[in-house]
Amino acid sequence: MRLNDLNYLMPLLVLVGAATLNMLVIAVKRNHKVIYGITLVAHIIALTTLLFLGNHPYTIDPFFIIDGWGIFNLGLILVTSLFVTMLSYAYFEQREERREEYYILLILATLGSCVLVISQHFMALFLGLEVLSVALYSLIAYLRTREHSDEAGIKYLILAAMSSAFLLFGMALIYADSGTMAFASIAAHLKALPELPPLLLTGFGLMVVGIGFKLGVVPFHMWAPDVYEGAPAPVTAFIATVSKGGMIALLIRFFAQVDGYRYPNLMLVFTIIAIASMLAGNLLALRQRNVKRLLAYSSIAHLGYILVAFLAGNQLGVEAVSFYLVAYFITSLGAFGVVALLSDTRRDADRLRDYRGLFWRRPATAAIFTAMLLSLAGIPLTAGFVGKFYILASGVNAQRWLLVIMLILNSVIGLYYYIKVIAAMFAQTQSSQKKTRKVLHPAISFATGATMAILALLLVYIGIYPTTLVQLLKGLLTTIVTTQ
Amino acid sequence: MILTWLISFLLIGGIIAWLSSKLNPAFPRWIALGVVLASFLTTLLFWTSSAALIQPNSSWIVRLDIPWVPQWGVSFSLAMDGLSLLLLLLTFFLGILAILASWTEIKTRVGFFYFNILWVLAGITGVFLTMDLFLFYFFWEVMLIPMYFLIGIWGHENRMYAAYKFFIFTQASGLLMLLSILGIYFIHGNNTGTYTFNYFQLLNTSFPPAVGGWLMAGFLAAFLVKLPVVPFHSWLPDAHSEAPTAGSVILAGLLLKTGAYGLLRFVVPLFPEAAQAFAPWIMLLGVIGILYGAILAFSQTDLKRLVAYTSVSHMGFVALGVFAFNEWAFQGVVMQMITHGLSTGALFILAGFLYQRLHTRDIRQMGGFWSTIPKMGVVTLVFVMASLGLPGLGNFIAEFLTLVGSWQANRTLTIFATIGLVAATAYSLRIMQKVFLGKNHSDHLMPDLNFREMGMAASLVITILWLGLNPQPVLDRARLSLQEQLQAYQKQNVKTAKPVEVAQQSISPDSVLSIPTKGGSHALK
Repeated sequence: MRLNDLNYLMPLLVLVGAATLNMLVIAVKRNHKVIYGITLVAHIIALTTLLFLGNHPYTIDPFFIIDGWGIFNLGLILVTSLFVTMLSYAYFEQREERREEYYILLILATLGSCVLVISQHFMALFLGLEVLSVALYSLIAYLRTREHSDEAGIKYLILAAMSSAFLLFGMALIYADSGTMAFASIAAHLKALPELPPLLLTGFGLMVVGIGFKLGVVPFHMWAPDVYEGAPAPVTAFIATVSKGGMIALLIRFFAQVDGYRYPNLMLVFTIIAIASMLAGNLLALRQRNVKRLLAYSSIAHLGYILVAFLAGNQLGVEAVSFYLVAYFITSLGAFGVVALLSDTRRDADRLRDYRGLFWRRPATAAIFTAMLLSLAGIPLTAGFVGKFYILASGVNAQRWLLVIMLILNSVIGLYYYIKVIAAMFAQTQSSQKKTRKVLHPAISFATGATMAILALLLVYIGIYPTTLVQLLKGLLTTIVTTQ
Repeated sequence: MILTWLISFLLIGGIIAWLSSKLNPAFPRWIALGVVLASFLTTLLFWTSSAALIQPNSSWIVRLDIPWVPQWGVSFSLAMDGLSLLLLLLTFFLGILAILASWTEIKTRVGFFYFNILWVLAGITGVFLTMDLFLFYFFWEVMLIPMYFLIGIWGHENRMYAAYKFFIFTQASGLLMLLSILGIYFIHGNNTGTYTFNYFQLLNTSFPPAVGGWLMAGFLAAFLVKLPVVPFHSWLPDAHSEAPTAGSVILAGLLLKTGAYGLLRFVVPLFPEAAQAFAPWIMLLGVIGILYGAILAFSQTDLKRLVAYTSVSHMGFVALGVFAFNEWAFQGVVMQMITHGLSTGALFILAGFLYQRLHTRDIRQMGGFWSTIPKMGVVTLVFVMASLGLPGLGNFIAEFLTLVGSWQANRTLTIFATIGLVAATAYSLRIMQKVFLGKNHSDHLMPDLNFREMGMAASLVITILWLGLNPQPVLDRARLSLQEQLQAYQKQNVKTAKPVEVAQQSISPDSVLSIPTKGGSHALK
């Protein structure tokens, strides 16, 4: 441990500090505003410390590596978590329960995800994963008086624990064969072998189960709709973005380092997972009448899209994944933000009929939601289009025609249910039901509105002028590409 | 730069029109009218001064190239040649008419309606101007969403179904085109080392034949669905008949033309070999479309659906003409794009007028209106005659040139296509007979055309007559750019020793080469 290491770990330390500070403040006096403020400031400080980290890889042996890819993902996760925090205040202010602990859990979950993306060792991986998961168990069941809340929390707890066991077992098998848990040494060990021995193959297979569960890809997706439905809307946004993004980042780092692209068996498994996720996600979403469940299935499909770029296995593919993650994060935050915005104290606004005629009642909210849905569908002028274009480009470049064709087919299927929601918003309704809402301070509703507006602007900006983001990505990703 | 302004003017105008509806519900339509009128006049300025602007060895009037996403080789590249100019004039002309047609028809959400109209026009303008394939796809999609809203919000009873169908059909086919665009992009990049979406640089990409065929298939998917050619046409009758009048006018008059434009601009010059190999099949589909559309049109009872099926029939001529690969046919196709836009647009507008008065589109409930609304009768008669291809009206020139051109390429199919003209007479006259002749059962109050409606009708009649009597300026304007699209074919015919089946069957190299020097259209004088 050198002094310089602290510099590089600063984002994580800030989060740890903030979580502790929040806890102490709550012990003295509960105040939603103060805790909210501390959380926001902590995120901003953590983001600022990122700026001082150089682009060249820095390893903290044996656990962490902080390189361009890590910095990109740290930044992405912190910004996303910041947005989730911003959306949370208005949401939880309306609710009667104890709201302050929520922020501690949120920070811890973010911390876990941050550990994931910079880990280069199985121990760090597992540590990060568990910090993330344990925080999520309680986040999902946070509004415990609600109908589906406990169910969702317990479902996630049991399945996540089981998938962790799979992951652990897989890691143990790999360790048994290679005698090491660091990614680099495993890669060196693999390089010496002509082909994958059965023990390692089994180990990888079991790890795929654990990773697949976290990503929510078919056939490990069963938890997603129930958890999305039962969790509070901001937490759903968090699960859809931060928790999945961290795992994707890890998967790419691990795969690139051990050069998993060499093994047709593994590629076949991932190809099947990608196609199955796209198809199952989109087809199951078709018949949903619950917006949160619909978005859950759509996120299963989107993870399938991301896997297409991941499977392209070239520089373009990694860029495409990162770009798509950014686009998808913005879109998911926006979509669940709208759900959170429209929710009342009793339940989240997740039924399709909550959205009927929304455009004529709340034009701005509906316009933002429309933009988000169009982005999910990959229509131009939105970030989702450029992201999908990027993925297609990487797929065509790597000549993975089957995946590319499946992606296109699925985009068309997906279009149907996104339009369904849009059509509901634009439907003419006679009765405009008035909802009784707890009146919030105007500054709060302004803050929420501003958050949504920022997300929408980002979405359109990236959709129209992706150059800035592409430039940034290309700059940051040089390292991971060279390791390949 | 002026081309960018043209597009952004429409986009910004749309937003202003939307916002202005808060102040006064009458503002949006005036703003929209002003914006489109200004665009029209700007384009007209190009028309009058384009002779001076054209450089001697280039068909391009204005070109603009700004890097957009340089990392991918995407540039904001716009260019206008004679073909684009003609289509832009058509776009704004029909745009004005569409706005006027909705003047009293649209009563709800007025601001958002005109926003959508202006944005769909902006998308179409972009499609006709862009010379970057990425940007082309971008605009191609941009024009869909406002159209979807136009149908889905202000359409008739079955509007949601029609809107879904329209959106999904066009989106699916568009994505296949995107795949092909990427295919060309990477093949060109691997061959030359420069990765670019620029049309001019991609023009001379050479593909292995099989790959060329697949890539062209992607483009064809998008354009043939949009055109539409028969097996892919089923979205059209629904979308056209359920859309509000302005929507139908823009759909039939402009959106279908983007398909034809795409064929001329992209498929023909980018894939010379593959296109020639495919040509007989597409011509066959075109002829099937002509006949099948005509038969279905004849059996419709819904007036707008009837007109929609006539579009299927008329667009068959476009498919036939494009894949004849000679200048006669191309000139015919361009004329067909313009005159069909005008005549079908006019018929939809008239159907809209009737619907406003009768609240039905069922022609079984119409009849004998000649005596009550003679002015509308006369106007309808003109466009019914145009639709059946009466000499003296623009459509005749279009169909005649197309048939002359396709005769050189494929005689059998041309003969069958000609039968389509007879069928056109049957369905066109049926409109006249059912609506204006016979006995009047309706007890509706039927005011004749008012001043606004008369103005719209008159401008349409004058234009279609002018195109029929003096088509030369239009043909001249398009000639240079059409020759450019055909360049690849002429070189090939001269170069290759082995005759390419389709083209060689009927066109001797001389006849193809001799036309450009004289200009096919001059023979008409």
